Amino acid sequence: MSEVATGLNAAGIRADARRERNALAGLTSPTFLVLGLLLFLPVGWLFWLSVFDDTGLTLENYRRMVVEPAYISIFRTTFELSVLVTALSVVLGYPVAYMIAFLPPRAASICLTLVLVPFWTALLVRTYAWLVILQRRGVVNSVLMDWGVIDEPLQLVHNFTGTTIGMLHIMIPFLVLPLYANMRAIDRDYVRAAASLGASPTATFWRVYLPLSVPGLAAGTVMVFVICLGFYITPQFLGGGRVTTISMKIQQNIATYFDWGAASSLGVVLFVVTLAVFWGFSRLFPLRRLTEVGGP
Amino acid sequence: MNEDHVPARRRLWLYLLGALVIAFLVIPVLIVIPISFSNSTLLEFPPRGYSLRWYRALLGSVEWRDAAWMSLKIAVLTTVVATPMGTAAAYGLHRGGFRFTGVLRMLVLAPLLVPVILTAIGIFYLYALLGLNNTIIGLVLAHAMLALPFVVVSVGAGLRSYDMAQERVARSLGATWFRAFRAITLPQIRLPVLSGALLAFISSFDEVIVSFFISGGEYSTLPRRMFNALRDQIEPTIAAISTILIVLSVGTVVVLEMTRRPARRE
Repeated sequence: MSEVATGLNAAGIRADARRERNALAGLTSPTFLVLGLLLFLPVGWLFWLSVFDDTGLTLENYRRMVVEPAYISIFRTTFELSVLVTALSVVLGYPVAYMIAFLPPRAASICLTLVLVPFWTALLVRTYAWLVILQRRGVVNSVLMDWGVIDEPLQLVHNFTGTTIGMLHIMIPFLVLPLYANMRAIDRDYVRAAASLGASPTATFWRVYLPLSVPGLAAGTVMVFVICLGFYITPQFLGGGRVTTISMKIQQNIATYFDWGAASSLGVVLFVVTLAVFWGFSRLFPLRRLTEVGGP
Repeated sequence: MNEDHVPARRRLWLYLLGALVIAFLVIPVLIVIPISFSNSTLLEFPPRGYSLRWYRALLGSVEWRDAAWMSLKIAVLTTVVATPMGTAAAYGLHRGGFRFTGVLRMLVLAPLLVPVILTAIGIFYLYALLGLNNTIIGLVLAHAMLALPFVVVSVGAGLRSYDMAQERVARSLGATWFRAFRAITLPQIRLPVLSGALLAFISSFDEVIVSFFISGGEYSTLPRRMFNALRDQIEPTIAAISTILIVLSVGTVVVLEMTRRPARRE
């Protein structure tokens, strides 16, 4: 549509092209109207609320975050949890994606389905499942006690450990899916070429295969990390009040204190950190197909 | 046939680790199912006796029934609103050529990037001013907004593997734009459109956090109701509702796999 029209009917063609462009823009307008009204406007409003109170411009909401120990510890908890869950997702998710990529088609499709079923299962259902499994008289503790491995039930849930396990369960598929999509596209000839040139299987993996899988790995990692930063449900139920994330603090500020300034400033920080992480990753790695996998 | 020169023996650890991780993913989901058929209030595994007690309790409860009905209604309406809207946007953004096309292509993904909790309190604040909290239209609009990126991404991917020249041919032969789209383009991108619609449905049906803020009482959705139930006590009724949701999610995976298959053949 960008070619320049010449000749007698040039003006008519240009007018047609313009009409067509306007129509295409028009087609996108309902979507952007909804996004504008229900996302950009309210979020912009919250930005405003975070820096203006009854007295005018104030940075009190942001100052509080860097001086008050309660806030500092929330940031630390959220960050530690996210780093830990992301690292574990990479360590446990990479072998799964790698295995599926090398399996024969039928077995690969079965394994992929097994990864997708928990992915599509409602978040609250999985949270409930972990409560059942990890609680004092839950599945894990009763099995371990029946086998005589332990005498006293282990404290597996309502703490940091339970939260980590629950989040890991949710995040592994987010790592596996983009990584697997990347691995499937890797040309096996590179691996064969490395082998035929005398590289050991270990060297082939580390020096040929792994670098080729970096785009998918980076996309999965950034996705996992960013989603982890915003977690609310899992720490709420599996943390037992011992784990407070940024999202939980935002909810408390609204529901308990009606403190919109405090809540929105935390939200703004969370959002800015999210964008910064994305930006940083996209500078470092070619993030392919970042948006191709999504979930609730 | 081992084409990758690595003996199967050396891959054993890989298969072992892979199987363990997959078990970690699948078993917790499956463990809920037998518990839902237990005949006691204790959350035992394996249950000592089996019954349909918790399913009867679920069907007998007006609150659960209402919540399920509410969720279904909201999810269907969300799908009906978000699918045509997102498809139109995907088409417009795919053809592009107008101002800010590039920026808009990024902005359409914003609902995925903005932390949900921020979106939730923002909408809550807006709805408080507009009187839309605890309304069906409020829930549907919010869920549709959250679902739009799924539809746009899915349909956009479909359009990228579709040859737009076909539509131009139809139009040059005298078909109106809309007719050319409906008769030529839409049938060829129907699977991405369907999978976008399914994603919109599921994303609404599973949505917890926004619903938590903007709905309650008789407008509680199923996840909203489960949220309360989990906070109060964890009894096997939730296992029963979870089992139903798990069956739905397995169904979703199967349907999605089926809609994706033709794309793989290319």
